[in-house]
Amino acid sequence: MSSYHNSARLSQARKVAIFGGTHGNEMSGVALVNLWTKNGAEIQRRGVETKPFVANPKAVEKCCRYVDTDLNRAFTPENLSAPGGDDLPYEVQRAQEINRMFGPKGSPEAYDVIFDLHNTTSNMGCTLILESSKDHFNLQMMNYIKKAMAPASCLVLLNEHPLLKYSTSRSVAKHPVGLEVGPQPQGVLRSNIFEAMRVILKHALDFIELFNEGMEFPPCTVEAFRVSERIDYPRDTNGNIIAMVHPNLQDCDWEPLNPGDPMFQTFDGKTIHYQGSGTVYPTFINEAAYYEKQQAFVTTRRETLVASAIRKA
Amino acid sequence: MCPFQKMECVSLPPLSTFAVCGGTHGNEMTGVYAVREMEKHTAKKKGSVSITAVLANPRAVDACRRYTDTDLNRCFTDALLSSPITDSSPYELSRAQELNTQLGPKGSEKAVDLLVDLHNTTANMGLCLIFYSVDWITLHIYKYIQSKMPSMPVKAIQLDIPISDAYSLESVGKHGFAIEAGPQPGGVLRADIFNMVKEAVDHTIAWLEEFNSGCTFEGGEVEAYTFIRSVDYPRDQAGELTAAIHPKLQDNDFQLLRPGDPIFLTFSGETVKHEGEELYPFFVNECAYYEKKIAFHLARKTTFTFPSICVAKD
Repeated sequence: MSSYHNSARLSQARKVAIFGGTHGNEMSGVALVNLWTKNGAEIQRRGVETKPFVANPKAVEKCCRYVDTDLNRAFTPENLSAPGGDDLPYEVQRAQEINRMFGPKGSPEAYDVIFDLHNTTSNMGCTLILESSKDHFNLQMMNYIKKAMAPASCLVLLNEHPLLKYSTSRSVAKHPVGLEVGPQPQGVLRSNIFEAMRVILKHALDFIELFNEGMEFPPCTVEAFRVSERIDYPRDTNGNIIAMVHPNLQDCDWEPLNPGDPMFQTFDGKTIHYQGSGTVYPTFINEAAYYEKQQAFVTTRRETLVASAIRKA
Repeated sequence: MCPFQKMECVSLPPLSTFAVCGGTHGNEMTGVYAVREMEKHTAKKKGSVSITAVLANPRAVDACRRYTDTDLNRCFTDALLSSPITDSSPYELSRAQELNTQLGPKGSEKAVDLLVDLHNTTANMGLCLIFYSVDWITLHIYKYIQSKMPSMPVKAIQLDIPISDAYSLESVGKHGFAIEAGPQPGGVLRADIFNMVKEAVDHTIAWLEEFNSGCTFEGGEVEAYTFIRSVDYPRDQAGELTAAIHPKLQDNDFQLLRPGDPIFLTFSGETVKHEGEELYPFFVNECAYYEKKIAFHLARKTTFTFPSICVAKD
């Protein structure tokens, strides 16, 4: 097999972590990490140490998303360097601890890959979340996973938006990978969702093993949905919601939303239409945790990302 | 409006006060928004019926959690309603007594004639009416809602508990039932579920007006699911789950479970099967029941017969 002319040489992925319970009520990750902490045989691969880890144990204990503040928004440079110790909000302290254990973010000692397991109440199916369109390792991994899962669907969401991107727990690693599987209510464990997430991770770890053993991955393209805009619920002057996601839009994640299509429905049955300039692909439609973040759904645009060939250095 | 001739019927006093409660569990969003909308838009008096909309657990609603200290919908037994309240009492215990003063007192002449409490479940139960003892008013309203919503299967669930032990909010009214609608995740407001519940509440109000105006409602039979027992998840010694509801049971509330049918799938791939009597599962994989050690409830189908009723003329 011939080498590719522009094959990127990347270092072996030796340190991998799987985070469950970044949000304490997203049960697939909590259950998988508990399972693998008791018996990690399934996640062992040659040449790599894979560590299952409960990111927010206090929130897991209370079966709530967070205790003081959202851990998955807490990994900002300000938070990671904030003094104050015990006076800091729990999740800021926890972020600093995670950064010490799995980072420091941006340093050569940081973990190679962190898989962060999430559930959503939205009908998103299996989604991989990418934070950089230039992470060729992640792009190749996601291409591998998508092909391994086919014909079952596994879509890629790219959040590189300068204003809408956020500082995730996985971002301390060199290659952060978000896994988002839904729909699943908070606090509920659904067997099909649990098993789907398990399969995604199996393929992801297989990819890492193949890469570490020297396999060359040829250039490829990856279809992705790039986050474009956050759309909030219509609200009154007191901030109360005055309309619901329209029945025609509810559960239609990833389906085209055209200008003029129904978007919200008021409590007395009137339709509010989408007024954008072109077709978008909405996702995170009616996610429970986003009511307080002023988000009914996000719009995305379809894009084809290009990954160069990669090979272990 | 009244399709039936005057016939032999049981005459009952008029039902002139109606309370609709929501947010008894603060993250069950249909009731929260239905009550807010009714407070804004519904006339306090619709014909012969005066309507009160009550947000039952405002603190839990603010926090978007089921409860703050303890489950409000378990606080309405006679014993808890009369227990002394101190500074260290759980919030919901004192709130239950406040609601009992406002809408009851439970068991007294002053209690609201009909109390309907709106709930959501993460289980795939569709639209259900839940009630305690067999009450002709409730059975008639159930039959009426069924007839007005023919494309929507509406189920009736009976919990065979004496009223003094009845622990939930609707037991405060002279007549009462809960409307349970799902599946809907906690903290989420779905338009289809909201519209379905709003319609059921509107039909309830319409029935009350027709009843008070002198219509006779023909008796008959309804099929209800009577609670028998509940089943917990398989757990390890630490009390952690070792299995999830089996994919063949998940979302199949009210479909008959026969011995040998799968109920759980363990994390190591084994199937756990149903044993014993053929029964109907409901509240399958309800989020709030994990801490109550309930994976699902089991019920038998019972047929209830009820007479024609009409309002007593003074």
